Amino acid sequence: MGNFYTDNQNIKFQFSHPLMEKIVTLKERNFTQKEKFEDAPQDFADALDNYDKSLEIIGEVCADVIHENAESVDEQGPKVVDGHVVYADGTKQNLAMINKTGMSSISLPRMYGGLNFPIVPFIMAAELVARGDAGLSNLWSLQDCAETLNDFANEEQKARYLPRVHAGETCAMALTEPDAGSDLQAVQLKATYSEEDKTWYLNGVKRFITNGDAHISLVLARSEEGTVDARGLSMFVYDRNSNAMTVRRIENKLGIKGSPTCELVFKNAPVELVGERKLGLIKYVMALMNAARLGIGAQSVGISEAAYREGLKFAQERKQFGKAIIEFPAVYEMLANMKAKLDGIRSILYETARFVDIYKIYYHISLERPLEKEERNEMKEYERLSNIFTPLTKLFASEYANEISYDSLQIHGGSGYMKDYSIQRYVRDARITNIYEGTSQLQVVAAIRGVTTGQYVKYIREVYEPVAVSAEQGQLKAILKDSTDTLESLTSSINELNTPEYTDFHARRLVEITGYTVIGYLLLLDSQRDASYAKSADLFIKYGQAKVAAHTAFIKNFNVEDLAKYKGNLKV
Amino acid sequence: MKGIKIVVLAKQVPDTRNVGKDAMKDDGTVNRAALPAIFNPEDLNALEQALRIKDSVSGSTVHVVTMGPGRAAEIIREAIYRGADGGYLLSDRAFAGSDTLATSYALSCALSNIEYDVIVCGRQAIDGDTAQVGPQVAEKLNLPQVTYAEEILSIATDKLTIRRRLERGVEVVECPLPAVITVNGSAAACRPRNAYRMMRYKYAKTPSETQEAKTANGESAAYLYLLDSRPHLKITEWNVTNIKSDAKDLGLSGSPTKVKNIESVVFQAKEAKILQPTDSDLDGLMKELIASHTIG
Repeated sequence: MGNFYTDNQNIKFQFSHPLMEKIVTLKERNFTQKEKFEDAPQDFADALDNYDKSLEIIGEVCADVIHENAESVDEQGPKVVDGHVVYADGTKQNLAMINKTGMSSISLPRMYGGLNFPIVPFIMAAELVARGDAGLSNLWSLQDCAETLNDFANEEQKARYLPRVHAGETCAMALTEPDAGSDLQAVQLKATYSEEDKTWYLNGVKRFITNGDAHISLVLARSEEGTVDARGLSMFVYDRNSNAMTVRRIENKLGIKGSPTCELVFKNAPVELVGERKLGLIKYVMALMNAARLGIGAQSVGISEAAYREGLKFAQERKQFGKAIIEFPAVYEMLANMKAKLDGIRSILYETARFVDIYKIYYHISLERPLEKEERNEMKEYERLSNIFTPLTKLFASEYANEISYDSLQIHGGSGYMKDYSIQRYVRDARITNIYEGTSQLQVVAAIRGVTTGQYVKYIREVYEPVAVSAEQGQLKAILKDSTDTLESLTSSINELNTPEYTDFHARRLVEITGYTVIGYLLLLDSQRDASYAKSADLFIKYGQAKVAAHTAFIKNFNVEDLAKYKGNLKV
Repeated sequence: MKGIKIVVLAKQVPDTRNVGKDAMKDDGTVNRAALPAIFNPEDLNALEQALRIKDSVSGSTVHVVTMGPGRAAEIIREAIYRGADGGYLLSDRAFAGSDTLATSYALSCALSNIEYDVIVCGRQAIDGDTAQVGPQVAEKLNLPQVTYAEEILSIATDKLTIRRRLERGVEVVECPLPAVITVNGSAAACRPRNAYRMMRYKYAKTPSETQEAKTANGESAAYLYLLDSRPHLKITEWNVTNIKSDAKDLGLSGSPTKVKNIESVVFQAKEAKILQPTDSDLDGLMKELIASHTIG
């Protein structure tokens, strides 16, 4: 009889952000749908009440069903039977329950059966599901594919596919191949057009496909014969009812075991083109990928929440040397830092979700009517912010999910190493978050241009820095101003060197300095709206200050010639 | 097969499952303020069985009937969020102080106003644990009854096949319709609330609730204007004048039960349960002990 939404005020807190009213009003087109749809909100307060009550519904399912099933799902996992995936029993029950809540197409428009919620409550639900079972959150978050269809498919396709997602059919995005992991422009899966029956057919293999046997799959394939790069790739939608694709195997993974990772064989599989030819990777997959990265951010925060709670509970209950171990500085320091990191990644997760919301809502409005000049500028600005904040969020959330679950296991001592406690599952589940949908190293590649072109610093200076803080927090703000100055001066000296390899070598350090500064500011701003975040702000900003100092010292003591020492030290 | 009209009898009860020190007042009565009001758990099991009939026989309807104070309308909304079509609140001071006999009398009088093929209810409510109201309603309406039902296995126009969970095993019975079925807690858990239905029905109100909202917030507040354009948002509320009944059989005067004394009961080790030495039985025991807060 638990509820992962109502037992965690930190999620609901995000609704109090000043941008929410703008997001909701835009999303609901100034509340004009209420005449046509009875579930449409009357006004802003009514919309927030809808989100709140819906999250309470899914929060209950997450605590009472999904979380309860997580252990057996981890144990049993999915199987391949006759070329198709059979989920673990718990997974089947979880999906059935989620479908009954009506929350399997949260962000789709009402005309397709969706709830027409913005990204912010969608991400909140994703976080709740991940706290219950990180593996299940993959299956659930893949409803994002429907969002991609809604963005780029034609009206007729949308009318056919989107209601099916609402009815509970699952989705997949089939991108990766044996020789095309992070480097998707190497995709080989062949798409050929038959003039005879005016249909595209797929032939070839996909690998590492999450939920590969979904009802509806978005597939990236090479439609232009003789091409070798991204410009020859298009996006297609495959319907499982065509029965022309089989699952060759399911990978045996370290974690997220309930989520089937499949190797797929397409044999003359009929598919439909989505959007325009040749834009598959360049446009559609890039959009899908950004959404998926935000989803991994939510998954990371959900795992972190679960792991932090386990660590805290264990430390309060476990007695050694006559007292609870939480009373020892070595333990409470770990827990307090875990909490600060958790609050921090949640804050940047929703900051990014808000940016994505505004830009995507404007994009959809632009399909209905021409945007005013001011609106167009805003759309571009928020799109740009989404693009630089998404990799930063994915990087920090996934790395911290690993750190938090690692520390939580450490607090458990020997018990944590045993399968009897759930923390070992969180450690295994967290481990994938900084690998898939782009490794941390690739998030740095995606973020570094925002650093070298000064986009982060500009946003920090213009938006975060001017916000007034209380007198006692003046010192914290001064630390963050210092970090911003440091980031700026390190960036300009690296830019002056103009040596790409040198920039790449230090990119992670620069992106991390950016993250410490941005997250520090976000916590500081949160604590203006709710004083309970002041502790996390204080701890995180000082933690970040020390990290920034270390990175700065390393970069300052480093010469271009030092690169050779690294390359020279690679022998066994 | 034509649709089946199903009525679920449900009760809003104080949540006695997680009782703290302040759950009982000094005089031995329940301190309702300290306990959240919830949908009686076994009535939720009953609702699920009703909704399954509705799922499998098209054209079927599910309506909830509850007796209680004005706020008991909450469980009617809750049932609607989970898939019920509507409900009736039986609320009047004349019903106050009812024991099981007076409750079943009032309910059976109300049921005479409603069309039904099946009446489903939870085995018992967690505040009284009598398990009497369902059977008494069946008696008063002169209907067959199946108690301790765990699953409705099949449905035909004139009969139901039901599995009962008994102390020493299970029993499968057939029952002609109309009938009263009381459902065990071991039956399938109720489906969750549905977000779409919640948004559509969250402003559903009884006339008393509407009046209360008007008094508290004024005519224009609390989205009351929706009630005019959306008739399905009106929850039926009946007082004593809406049902055909004899006043002496209602409320306190119709309740022969007298509470003489209330004691705190300490369970003795009388009940025994045999477990097989298997992982699944041990796992089940651990889960049961944790769920009952015996350990953990």
